[in-house]
Parts: sequence; C-alpha cells; structure tokens
Amino acid sequence: MPGEIVEANVDMAMIHDLTGPLTVDSFHKIGAGKVWDPKKIVVIFDHLVPPSTIRAATLQKGLREFVKEQGIKSLYDIGQGGVCHQVFHEKGYARPGELIVGADSHTCTYGALGAFATGIGSTEMAAVFTIGKMWFRIPTALKIHASGNFRKNSTPKDLILRIIGDIGEGGAIYKGMEFTGSTFTNMSIDGRLTVCNMVVEAGAKAGIVPPDNKSMAYVRSRTKKPLKPIRSDNNATYEDTLEYDAAKLTPQVACSPSVDNVKSASELSDVKIDQVFIGSCTNGRIEDLRLAASVLKGREIHNGVRMIISPASQEVYQQCLKEGLFNTFMEAGAIVTNATCGPCLGGHMGLLAPGEVCISTSNRNFIGRMGSPQSAVYLANPATAAASGVVGHIINPNDLRRP
Amino acid sequence: MILDIFGKAVKFGDNVNTDVIIPGKYLELIDPEELGKHALEGLDPKFTQKAKDGVILIGGKNFGCGSSREQAATALKSAGVRCVLAESFARIFYRNAINVGLPALECIGISKKADEGDMISVDLRSGTVENQTTGTTLKASPLPQFILSLLEEGGLIPHVRGLIGKR
Repeated sequence: MPGEIVEANVDMAMIHDLTGPLTVDSFHKIGAGKVWDPKKIVVIFDHLVPPSTIRAATLQKGLREFVKEQGIKSLYDIGQGGVCHQVFHEKGYARPGELIVGADSHTCTYGALGAFATGIGSTEMAAVFTIGKMWFRIPTALKIHASGNFRKNSTPKDLILRIIGDIGEGGAIYKGMEFTGSTFTNMSIDGRLTVCNMVVEAGAKAGIVPPDNKSMAYVRSRTKKPLKPIRSDNNATYEDTLEYDAAKLTPQVACSPSVDNVKSASELSDVKIDQVFIGSCTNGRIEDLRLAASVLKGREIHNGVRMIISPASQEVYQQCLKEGLFNTFMEAGAIVTNATCGPCLGGHMGLLAPGEVCISTSNRNFIGRMGSPQSAVYLANPATAAASGVVGHIINPNDLRRP
Repeated sequence: MILDIFGKAVKFGDNVNTDVIIPGKYLELIDPEELGKHALEGLDPKFTQKAKDGVILIGGKNFGCGSSREQAATALKSAGVRCVLAESFARIFYRNAINVGLPALECIGISKKADEGDMISVDLRSGTVENQTTGTTLKASPLPQFILSLLEEGGLIPHVRGLIGKR
C-alpha cells in the first residue's frame, strides 16, 4: 500500500567515478570487508573521463583497486563504456521487473525498460553493498497517458519537458510516474529512455513504461538472463491521470534557471547563445545524434557559437562513425568529445563563463550547473539545440531556412 | 545525537537544489570540512559565515532537488546546519540527510512562520517546532521510529555496523 515502508532486496547496484569513491569510503567505515554480491555491482567511469584533475585520477585509481579486491567483474573503465545511464542498459543490466539502485539521480532512466530504478546517495549505496537491501516508502502513482504521433522535430524530450512544465519541478515528489498510451507504445527505446531519465526533475522516485514486446526484445538482445516483467494491476489506482496529445506538441525549451520554466522554442528567438551541448544521459543516443545531424547537414554553426557533441557511449560513438554523422558535425564546425557527462554537470570540457548562455540537450538548468553561477542554461531537444547553434539564438528547428 | 535541537534560522525559498548546495566542481572532495567551506556559496556567499555557530535551515518546497550527491547533505551538516525544516523534500536528499546524521523534517507552513534570524527549537521525537522569537508553534510530521533510532545512532554507517555486529 502507498505510504507503507518496506525492506526490499536490491537486484542490481551501480556507482560511477564521482559517487563511487564516497561509497567506498563509507563501505570501509562500515567495515564489512566484502561486498554482499560482486555480481550485482556495476561500476562505470563517466563523469570526469579521462580525468581532468590529479584528484579525479586518484579517485579513479582507488575505485579500480576496490573493484579488483572485491572481485567485481562489471567495471566499465575509460574506453570501455561511456555515460552510465547508456552503458548500464546497453550491457544488459537493466531488466524488467528488477529493483535497481544507482548512486546517481538519473538511475530512473531504466524504467524505460520496465525496471523499478531509483537514485540513492553514496552512504546508502555502501549499506546496499554491505547487506544487499534497503528500506523504501511505497510511492503513490501518477499516470501520464499520451496518444498521437510526434510532428517533425518534436520529440519525446519535448513531451517530458511539457509534462514537467505542467506539473512543476516538485510535481511528482515521492511518486512513481507510469507512461501509457499509443505515443509510448510507438516510441523507440531511445525515446522512452529520454522520458524516464527526466522524471527525477519533477521529483519522481521512478518512471516506468510498462514492458512490452519492443522493450523485451531490446533487453533480450543484450542479456541472456531470464526476464520477469511486472505490469500494473488492471485495478491499479492512480493519484492523478494526465492526458497528452503528442501531435499537438511543438519543440519545447526549459528556460534558465528552472526545469519547469517551459516555453515553446518559437517564443524564445531573442535568447542569444554562446554554446550548444548535444549529449548526456538524456539525449546523447544514436537517434538524438541522427536528429542533430539531419539539422546540421549542409549548414554551418553561427560565428561565435561553439557546439560540443558527446555521444553517450562507445557503442553510440561507433555507430556515429559508421553512419558518417561525425563528418556532418565536423563540416558544420562542431567538436566531438569522448562519451562523458563532463559538460552537463559543469565537470569538465565545456564550462560556461559569467554571462554566457548554453542551449543543452541535457536535463538540468540549475544556477551554475554548467559553470559560472552567472551563466544560463536552456534545455531542449537535439534538433532545437542544433538549429539554435546555426542561427546563434534559440529557434524552432522547423523555422530554419533551407541550407 | 540530541533529539532536542535549537538554533537561529537561515532561510531559503523553494526548490533549493543540490547543485547550488554544492556545485559539481567540488564533488571530488570527500573531506566533510572541505565540503562545508563551499556549502550554498552559489546562493549566499555569506552562508558559511552565518552557519558556523550552528543554525536551523529553513527551506520551501522540494528542498534538495536534483542530483543524488550526498556531499550536499554532508556540506550543510559540516557548515553548521543542525536540522533542515522544509515544506517538502526531494527524496534522495532526504535520505542522504538522515543517513549522514542530519535531521530533516517536513514542516508544512514553516516558510511562512519563520524569518531569517528567528530562534527555532525542534523536538525531533514529537515533531514540535517552536519559533521562540515569535512564540508560534508548528507541528511537523514526526519521524518514524526507525529513522529516529538511525539518527540517534549517528547515521547509517553506525546503524549498519550494528546490523553486522561490528559495534
């Protein structure tokens, strides 16, 4: 029952290079010696890779040693993976019906594949590493029902931005969000991952697209483990149900400095930009980069604007190479980085100076998120971000003139 | 952990996120004292000065939203925050605060009933919050018994040490 507090066994646990070292520190303080189950732990280096400071290098070195001494096999070091919320499911660890915790708030991404996945802190993770379980308060649920197909250059990102704009930054605190309707059943896996990735921006504990043939086929192509999908009961109750028509959705932008300050891209042509970031666990997947390339093909980035593109994983990177997307990006004047979270969290590679403005495909536009507290971040889909880079201000990609 | 807490109020608005509590560039820091030096510097550069003698942090809705970084709760505690009272909390921050031994209490109405500098006392057992400056009393949602015990033990690390017989 919602509100009830239960203790549950964790199926999979994930840490990365920024939350991992603190987890290890707390784990040593607990003094358990050995982790509860090394097969259920996944370690992914993505936030500061390759290390941007000696301190980061030292922390990563320590994490490698911990992985080795604990017999953890699932380490995705530099060059082996990429952004954790892409790599985790690419490697088959996100499975329907399982309980996944990650020491990163965007762990909710795996709800796209029918898992109950949520973010926790480092010490909480150290406790999970020790006993393999934690307490949960059973959330109430919010149903988002969407029908209709997206129009050109409108995407799942625009839908989740619109939803957060409607319910507010804290509109789903402690709640689960379930996504139903033809828009979601027709939506690609990449799109579902984008939607579930951002539920935490509304405060939700988890976002779930009910597992179907499409998501089951994706997971089966990535793991041989038996799958135990769970779906909502027919008589499940919801605190509220919100209805959306995807066909009416235009490209949306979350304006600085809050994620629920959502406007139509067309209204924002007076916002001049200095930087474009296309990447992150929200929108660094192959479909996102294809969309950006479709806008940039035959066009050049506006003089004075810099564009940073970070494919979300080694796999996405290779696919971009095969499809020639990087040629398009280079010809347009963009820079392509390795798979990293760097720019999104103001970690490294692309920090903003005071007074600068960035349009980003990531998930947070908090004050100072990508650099100086006097800089500003606007969140958008990859087509809007790319198109804005071409004209030097925010634009609806459908309003771009022919190259 | 003492379950009766008091201190001067330091007040912020809605949606105070973990990026402003401790920006990404400091996440390489593990030492609580180092983290504490940068707590909330993006929102109020004087915060650490105000907090050093021990304060009660008052927040609005959705306090601690954003990243899972536990460093946010650690930084506040280390800067001198004795307790956070807010209209509501983002769930990861809430858990992190309790886990590192920083009491966090959902107290509806607090953002209207307390001003910066007011003397606030909190009884964690009953959830009674008293503004001694204005003489008003509010009832916060009391913490479940297991969370109170966790705080009394000093946070999640000593608690789990107890569970595995390491005490």
